[in-house]
Amino acid sequence: MQPGNSALIYLLPWDFYPAVVLFCVLLAGVYVRGWLRLRQTAERPGYAPLTAFLVGLLLVYVVMHTYVDYLSQHMLWIHRVQHLVLHHLAPFLMLLGAPWQMLPAGLPAGVRNSLLPRLWRNPLLRGLYRGLQNPVVAPLLFVGLIYFWLIPDIHFGAMLSATRYQLMNWSMLLDGLLFWWLILDPRPDHAVGRLGFGGRIVILSLIVPPQIIIGAHIALARESLYPVYNVCGRAWPISPLVDQQIAGLVTWIPTSMMSVIAMLIVLRRWMHERTRDPLPVNRGALS
Amino acid sequence: MRCFVWLLLGLALLGGCSDNPHPWALRDISGLLPPLAFELHDGSGQPRSEADFAGDVTLLYFGYTHCPDICPTTLARLSGVVRQLKEGAGQVRILFVSVDPARDTPAVLRAYAHAFGPQVVGLSGSQAQLGKLAKRYRVSYGLGKPGADGQYEVSHSSAVFIFDAHGQARLLATSTDSDASLVADLARLLPGDTGGEG
Repeated sequence: MQPGNSALIYLLPWDFYPAVVLFCVLLAGVYVRGWLRLRQTAERPGYAPLTAFLVGLLLVYVVMHTYVDYLSQHMLWIHRVQHLVLHHLAPFLMLLGAPWQMLPAGLPAGVRNSLLPRLWRNPLLRGLYRGLQNPVVAPLLFVGLIYFWLIPDIHFGAMLSATRYQLMNWSMLLDGLLFWWLILDPRPDHAVGRLGFGGRIVILSLIVPPQIIIGAHIALARESLYPVYNVCGRAWPISPLVDQQIAGLVTWIPTSMMSVIAMLIVLRRWMHERTRDPLPVNRGALS
Repeated sequence: MRCFVWLLLGLALLGGCSDNPHPWALRDISGLLPPLAFELHDGSGQPRSEADFAGDVTLLYFGYTHCPDICPTTLARLSGVVRQLKEGAGQVRILFVSVDPARDTPAVLRAYAHAFGPQVVGLSGSQAQLGKLAKRYRVSYGLGKPGADGQYEVSHSSAVFIFDAHGQARLLATSTDSDASLVADLARLLPGDTGGEG
C-alpha cells in the first residue's frame, strides 16, 4: 500500500482497535491522577517514574496503533521490533514508573476499596494470577510465547488472520507486563512463590540463552523461514534474507541486554535490602 | 498449576487447528481470512462485486498488466490448471485485480484478461477500493518511481487466494506449488464434488 503524501497517515492507526485506545487512555489517566495525588503527600514521586511510565505507554500505542502496525505485518524485522517493544521495552519502562504506587492512588475510591479487593478474592482470578506468576511458569511462559509465535506455521496464521494477530500482540504485551512486574516488584519477596531478588537474577539469566538461540537461528538461517512475508508482500523492496537477518539480530541482542539491565536494577535493590530495612513501599491493591 | 494445564490446552487447541484427516496439497487458510467481498469494475467498466461470482470457485490474484514476468506466468499457469478441470472449468473464475488502474484502463484490462482465456476476469477500481481489498486480504502493493520513459514497476503479492463456491477463503497457492496440487485441490473445492471436501 502506498502511503499518501500526508504525514498524518503515519500517525493514524492502520486498523482501529478500540481496546488499544482504551488501554492506553485509561492507564495514562489513572496513573497521572495517582501521581498528582501522591505529589501532595509525603511520598512526592518525582518526574522520572512519570516519564518512564508514559514513555512506555506511548511506545505501546505507537507500535500497535500507528503506521508501525502496518509495517509490522509486512516486514519481519519490524514485527520483531514491535514485539521487542510489547514484550520487553514498554512493560519494563512502565514498571520503572512504580505503577503499584500510582495506579491504586489514581483509582476512584470505590474501585480501589471495593471492586479490586473483591476481584482479588475471586479464586479463579487469584489462581490464574498465581499460576502465571509462579517462578517456574513465568519464565517458561515468557520464553515460550516468543518461541510459540515464531513457529513458522503459527506465525503464518497470525500474520494472515486479523484475530490471531491481535491475540498474538496482546499476549506479548500482557505477558511482558506480568513478567517484568515479577522481576521489578520492589518487595524483597514477591507475593507469589516468595521469589526473592536472588531468584529473580537466576530467572533473568535463564531466559537469555533461549532468546539468543532463537535469534541466532533466525539471523543465521540460509533459507527464508517465514514465507508469509513473501506471500503478503513486504512493505518496501528488501531481500527476504536481509529482512530475516535483521529480524534475528533484533530477537537476539537487545532482548538479552534487557536482562542485563534488569539484573543491575534487581542487584541494586538486593544490596539496598541487605544494608537497611526493606524499601518503604505502598503495597497497593495486589498484595 | 491448574492454570498452567489450561494454558497448555489453549496452546494445543490453537496449534491443532490445522489438523485435518485429508490434508490439502496447497496451504489451508480456512478461518484465517474473511469471505470474498469487493467493489470493483470489470473490463467493460461495469461495477462488479462478489455477488456476481456466487456459486463459483474463485481465484483472487493481484497484479498489473505491464508486469514483465510473474503476472503473465501466473495467469497462464492458472488458466492452464483450470482447463485441466475439464467440465468443472465452468465453475471456476480467475479474478485478476490490477492494482495499477492509471495504466490499466477497462479496455486494456479486458484485452489482457481475454488473452488468458474465458475464465479470467480483469478487475480494477479506485485506489480506495483497491486499498480496501488489499487490506482485507492483508496484502501489500506499491507503485515504483516512474523511469525516464514514464514506466514504473509495481510490487505486489504473488499469492493466489482461493475461495470456495460459498465465498469462504479456503486455500492459498504460491509460485512454489505444482500444477498437480492446484488441479487436485481445486477439483475437491468444486461444488458438485463428492470426493470428500474439507
